[in-house]
Amino acid sequence: MTQPLATSAPASDTRTVRLVYFAWVRERVGLADEQVELPAGIDTVLDLVRWLKTRDEGYAAAFENETLVRAAINQTHVKPGASLDGAREIAFFPPMTGG
Amino acid sequence: MTPTIRIQSEDFDLAAEIAALSEGRRDIGAVVSFTGLCRDEGGTLAALELEHYPGMAQAEIARVADEAAARWPLMGLLAIHRYGLVKPGEQIVLVIATSAHRRAAFEAADFMMDYLKTRAPFWKREHLADGTTGGWVEAKREDDDAASRWEETAARA
Repeated sequence: MTQPLATSAPASDTRTVRLVYFAWVRERVGLADEQVELPAGIDTVLDLVRWLKTRDEGYAAAFENETLVRAAINQTHVKPGASLDGAREIAFFPPMTGG
Repeated sequence: MTPTIRIQSEDFDLAAEIAALSEGRRDIGAVVSFTGLCRDEGGTLAALELEHYPGMAQAEIARVADEAAARWPLMGLLAIHRYGLVKPGEQIVLVIATSAHRRAAFEAADFMMDYLKTRAPFWKREHLADGTTGGWVEAKREDDDAASRWEETAARA
Protein backbone atom coordinates (compact mmCIF):
# COMPACT_ATOMS: atom_id res chain seq x y z
CA MET A 1 0.00 0.00 0.00
CA THR A 2 1.69 3.18 -1.14
CA GLN A 3 0.06 6.48 -0.50
CA PRO A 4 0.77 9.62 -2.50
CA LEU A 5 2.89 12.14 -0.65
CA ALA A 6 0.73 14.77 0.96
CA THR A 7 1.41 18.13 -0.61
CA SER A 8 -0.65 20.18 1.84
CA ALA A 9 1.04 19.07 5.07
CA PRO A 10 4.44 20.70 5.43
CA ALA A 11 7.18 18.64 7.03
CA SER A 12 7.55 19.60 10.66
CA ASP A 13 10.61 19.12 12.82
CA THR A 14 8.67 18.80 16.04
CA ARG A 15 5.45 17.00 16.75
CA THR A 16 3.83 18.04 20.00
CA VAL A 17 1.34 15.60 21.46
CA ARG A 18 -0.64 15.40 24.68
CA LEU A 19 -0.06 12.24 26.68
CA VAL A 20 -2.67 11.15 29.21
CA TYR A 21 -2.38 8.39 31.79
CA PHE A 22 -4.99 6.52 33.81
CA ALA A 23 -5.24 4.30 36.90
CA TRP A 24 -1.96 2.63 37.95
CA VAL A 25 -0.18 3.87 34.83
CA ARG A 26 -0.95 7.44 35.99
CA GLU A 27 0.23 6.64 39.53
CA ARG A 28 3.52 5.11 38.40
CA VAL A 29 4.28 7.89 35.90
CA GLY A 30 3.31 10.45 38.54
CA LEU A 31 1.34 12.62 36.11
CA ALA A 32 -2.23 12.66 34.77
CA ASP A 33 -1.18 14.32 31.52
CA GLU A 34 1.68 16.18 29.85
CA GLN A 35 2.72 17.73 26.55
CA VAL A 36 5.73 16.16 24.86
CA GLU A 37 7.63 16.77 21.67
CA LEU A 38 8.15 13.49 19.91
CA PRO A 39 11.77 12.99 18.90
CA ALA A 40 12.57 11.96 15.35
CA GLY A 41 12.33 8.21 14.83
CA ILE A 42 9.39 7.73 17.22
CA ASP A 43 6.81 6.53 14.72
CA THR A 44 4.64 3.98 16.51
CA VAL A 45 3.00 3.50 19.90
CA LEU A 46 5.64 0.91 20.79
CA ASP A 47 8.44 3.33 19.80
CA LEU A 48 6.88 5.89 22.14
CA VAL A 49 6.58 3.38 25.01
CA ARG A 50 10.24 2.40 24.65
CA TRP A 51 11.32 6.05 24.57
CA LEU A 52 9.17 6.95 27.61
CA LYS A 53 10.74 4.06 29.56
CA THR A 54 14.13 5.73 29.25
CA ARG A 55 12.93 8.99 30.84
CA ASP A 56 12.88 7.89 34.50
CA GLU A 57 12.04 5.12 36.95
CA GLY A 58 8.35 6.00 37.08
CA TYR A 59 7.87 5.52 33.35
CA ALA A 60 10.03 2.41 33.47
CA ALA A 61 7.76 0.97 36.18
CA ALA A 62 4.57 1.95 34.35
CA PHE A 63 5.70 0.31 31.11
CA GLU A 64 7.60 -2.56 32.71
CA ASN A 65 5.41 -4.98 30.77
CA GLU A 66 5.25 -3.31 27.36
CA THR A 67 2.36 -5.37 26.06
CA LEU A 68 0.18 -5.12 29.19
CA VAL A 69 -0.43 -1.36 29.01
CA ARG A 70 -3.15 -0.41 26.51
CA ALA A 71 -3.10 2.66 24.30
CA ALA A 72 -5.54 4.95 22.56
CA ILE A 73 -4.84 7.58 19.91
CA ASN A 74 -7.29 10.48 19.71
CA GLN A 75 -9.63 8.50 22.02
CA THR A 76 -9.74 5.32 19.92
CA HIS A 77 -8.13 2.02 21.00
CA VAL A 78 -4.99 1.11 19.04
CA LYS A 79 -2.45 -1.71 18.94
CA PRO A 80 1.26 -1.26 19.83
CA GLY A 81 2.25 -1.12 16.15
CA ALA A 82 -0.14 1.77 15.38
CA SER A 83 1.36 4.81 13.66
CA LEU A 84 1.51 8.12 15.54
CA ASP A 85 0.74 10.07 12.34
CA GLY A 86 -2.05 12.51 13.10
CA ALA A 87 -1.96 11.78 16.84
CA ARG A 88 -2.91 14.74 19.02
CA GLU A 89 -3.76 12.86 22.23
CA ILE A 90 -2.19 9.54 23.16
CA ALA A 91 -3.49 7.72 26.23
CA PHE A 92 -1.93 4.86 28.19
CA PHE A 93 -3.88 2.78 30.69
CA PRO A 94 -4.23 -0.72 32.23
CA PRO A 95 -6.68 -3.29 30.85
CA MET A 96 -10.17 -1.95 31.52
CA THR A 97 -12.30 -3.05 34.47
CA GLY A 98 -15.57 -1.19 34.00
CA GLY A 99 -19.08 -2.59 33.76
CA MET B 1 -32.55 4.49 16.16
CA THR B 2 -29.86 6.50 17.90
CA PRO B 3 -28.46 4.85 21.03
CA THR B 4 -28.44 6.92 24.22
CA ILE B 5 -25.16 6.86 26.15
CA ARG B 6 -24.64 8.64 29.45
CA ILE B 7 -21.50 8.80 31.59
CA GLN B 8 -22.41 10.29 34.96
CA SER B 9 -21.57 10.27 38.65
CA GLU B 10 -25.23 10.35 39.72
CA ASP B 11 -27.38 7.28 40.26
CA PHE B 12 -30.01 6.28 37.69
CA ASP B 13 -33.63 5.07 37.79
CA LEU B 14 -34.32 1.90 35.81
CA ALA B 15 -38.11 2.39 35.70
CA ALA B 16 -37.77 5.98 34.47
CA GLU B 17 -35.34 4.94 31.74
CA ILE B 18 -37.62 2.13 30.52
CA ALA B 19 -40.57 4.54 30.54
CA ALA B 20 -38.59 7.04 28.46
CA LEU B 21 -37.68 4.38 25.87
CA SER B 22 -41.29 3.12 25.66
CA GLU B 23 -43.13 6.43 25.71
CA GLY B 24 -45.59 6.92 22.86
CA ARG B 25 -44.68 3.63 21.18
CA ARG B 26 -46.87 0.62 20.49
CA ASP B 27 -44.42 -1.39 18.40
CA ILE B 28 -42.04 -2.57 21.17
CA GLY B 29 -42.55 -6.20 22.16
CA ALA B 30 -39.48 -6.74 24.36
CA VAL B 31 -37.52 -4.74 26.90
CA VAL B 32 -34.36 -6.32 28.34
CA SER B 33 -32.31 -4.55 30.98
CA PHE B 34 -29.11 -5.32 32.84
CA THR B 35 -28.11 -3.49 36.00
CA GLY B 36 -24.63 -3.96 37.47
CA LEU B 37 -24.27 -3.37 41.22
CA CYS B 38 -21.33 -2.91 43.57
CA ARG B 39 -20.80 -6.03 45.76
CA ASP B 40 -19.36 -5.87 49.30
CA GLU B 41 -17.11 -8.90 48.64
CA GLY B 42 -18.10 -10.69 51.82
CA GLY B 43 -18.07 -7.51 53.90
CA THR B 44 -14.46 -6.54 53.04
CA LEU B 45 -15.28 -3.75 50.58
CA ALA B 46 -16.39 -0.26 51.64
CA ALA B 47 -16.64 1.23 48.13
CA LEU B 48 -15.42 1.07 44.56
CA GLU B 49 -13.80 4.12 43.03
CA LEU B 50 -14.38 4.26 39.28
CA GLU B 51 -11.89 6.25 37.25
CA HIS B 52 -12.73 6.94 33.60
CA TYR B 53 -11.34 8.59 30.49
CA PRO B 54 -13.73 11.49 29.86
CA GLY B 55 -14.65 11.83 26.22
CA MET B 56 -13.37 8.43 25.21
CA ALA B 57 -15.70 6.62 27.65
CA GLN B 58 -18.69 8.17 25.88
CA ALA B 59 -17.20 7.66 22.40
CA GLU B 60 -16.21 4.04 22.94
CA ILE B 61 -19.55 2.96 24.41
CA ALA B 62 -21.24 4.75 21.50
CA ARG B 63 -19.10 2.71 19.07
CA VAL B 64 -20.13 -0.53 20.83
CA ALA B 65 -23.79 0.58 20.76
CA ASP B 66 -23.58 1.35 17.03
CA GLU B 67 -22.25 -2.16 16.43
CA ALA B 68 -25.15 -3.63 18.43
CA ALA B 69 -27.64 -1.50 16.50
CA ALA B 70 -26.16 -2.70 13.20
CA ARG B 71 -26.31 -6.32 14.31
CA TRP B 72 -29.80 -6.62 15.83
CA PRO B 73 -33.15 -5.04 14.86
CA LEU B 74 -33.44 -2.80 17.92
CA MET B 75 -36.02 -0.13 18.63
CA GLY B 76 -34.07 1.46 21.44
CA LEU B 77 -30.71 1.10 23.17
CA LEU B 78 -29.44 2.87 26.26
CA ALA B 79 -26.27 2.57 28.33
CA ILE B 80 -25.45 4.48 31.51
CA HIS B 81 -22.11 4.06 33.27
CA ARG B 82 -21.32 5.81 36.54
CA TYR B 83 -17.94 7.07 37.70
CA GLY B 84 -16.70 8.18 41.11
CA LEU B 85 -17.31 6.46 44.43
CA VAL B 86 -19.95 3.70 44.47
CA LYS B 87 -20.87 1.83 47.65
CA PRO B 88 -21.95 -1.82 48.00
CA GLY B 89 -25.59 -2.23 46.99
CA GLU B 90 -25.47 0.83 44.72
CA GLN B 91 -25.82 0.72 40.95
CA ILE B 92 -22.83 1.07 38.60
CA VAL B 93 -24.03 0.36 35.08
CA LEU B 94 -27.29 0.05 33.16
CA VAL B 95 -28.02 -1.32 29.69
CA ILE B 96 -31.51 -1.42 28.19
CA ALA B 97 -32.34 -2.83 24.75
CA THR B 98 -35.81 -2.80 23.21
CA SER B 99 -37.03 -4.66 20.13
CA ALA B 100 -40.11 -6.23 18.56
CA HIS B 101 -39.12 -9.74 19.70
CA ARG B 102 -37.15 -10.90 22.74
CA ARG B 103 -34.11 -12.55 21.14
CA ALA B 104 -32.68 -9.34 19.67
CA ALA B 105 -33.09 -7.44 22.94
CA PHE B 106 -31.55 -10.24 25.06
CA GLU B 107 -28.56 -10.67 22.75
CA ALA B 108 -27.94 -6.96 22.24
CA ALA B 109 -27.93 -6.29 26.00
CA ASP B 110 -25.56 -9.23 26.56
CA PHE B 111 -23.25 -8.02 23.76
CA MET B 112 -23.27 -4.47 25.14
CA MET B 113 -22.20 -5.63 28.60
CA ASP B 114 -19.45 -7.94 27.31
CA TYR B 115 -17.90 -5.17 25.23
CA LEU B 116 -18.51 -2.48 27.81
CA LYS B 117 -16.39 -4.47 30.26
CA THR B 118 -13.48 -5.00 27.88
CA ARG B 119 -13.52 -1.78 25.79
CA ALA B 120 -15.03 1.08 27.83
CA PRO B 121 -12.17 3.02 29.50
CA PHE B 122 -13.10 2.62 33.18
CA TRP B 123 -10.91 1.33 36.00
CA LYS B 124 -12.08 0.19 39.44
CA ARG B 125 -10.12 0.64 42.62
CA GLU B 126 -11.15 -0.90 45.94
CA HIS B 127 -11.68 1.02 49.14
CA LEU B 128 -11.63 -1.53 51.94
CA ALA B 129 -13.89 -1.80 54.98
CA ASP B 130 -10.87 -1.42 57.30
CA GLY B 131 -10.39 2.13 56.00
CA THR B 132 -7.42 1.44 53.74
CA THR B 133 -7.30 1.96 49.99
CA GLY B 134 -6.92 -1.37 48.26
CA GLY B 135 -5.51 -2.06 44.84
CA TRP B 136 -6.79 -1.60 41.33
CA VAL B 137 -9.14 -4.39 40.28
CA GLU B 138 -7.43 -6.65 37.75
CA ALA B 139 -9.03 -7.37 34.40
CA LYS B 140 -10.47 -10.87 34.19
CA ARG B 141 -9.62 -13.36 31.50
CA GLU B 142 -13.28 -14.50 31.50
CA ASP B 143 -14.37 -11.04 30.39
CA ASP B 144 -12.10 -11.19 27.33
CA ASP B 145 -13.38 -14.69 26.59
CA ALA B 146 -17.00 -13.53 26.94
CA ALA B 147 -16.41 -10.69 24.50
CA SER B 148 -14.58 -12.87 21.97
CA ARG B 149 -17.52 -15.29 21.63
CA TRP B 150 -19.35 -12.54 19.71
CA GLU B 151 -16.51 -12.52 17.17
CA GLU B 152 -16.93 -16.27 16.73
CA THR B 153 -20.66 -15.95 16.14
CA ALA B 154 -20.01 -13.14 13.65
CA ALA B 155 -17.52 -15.33 11.79
CA ARG B 156 -20.04 -18.19 11.58
CA ALA B 157 -22.88 -16.00 10.40
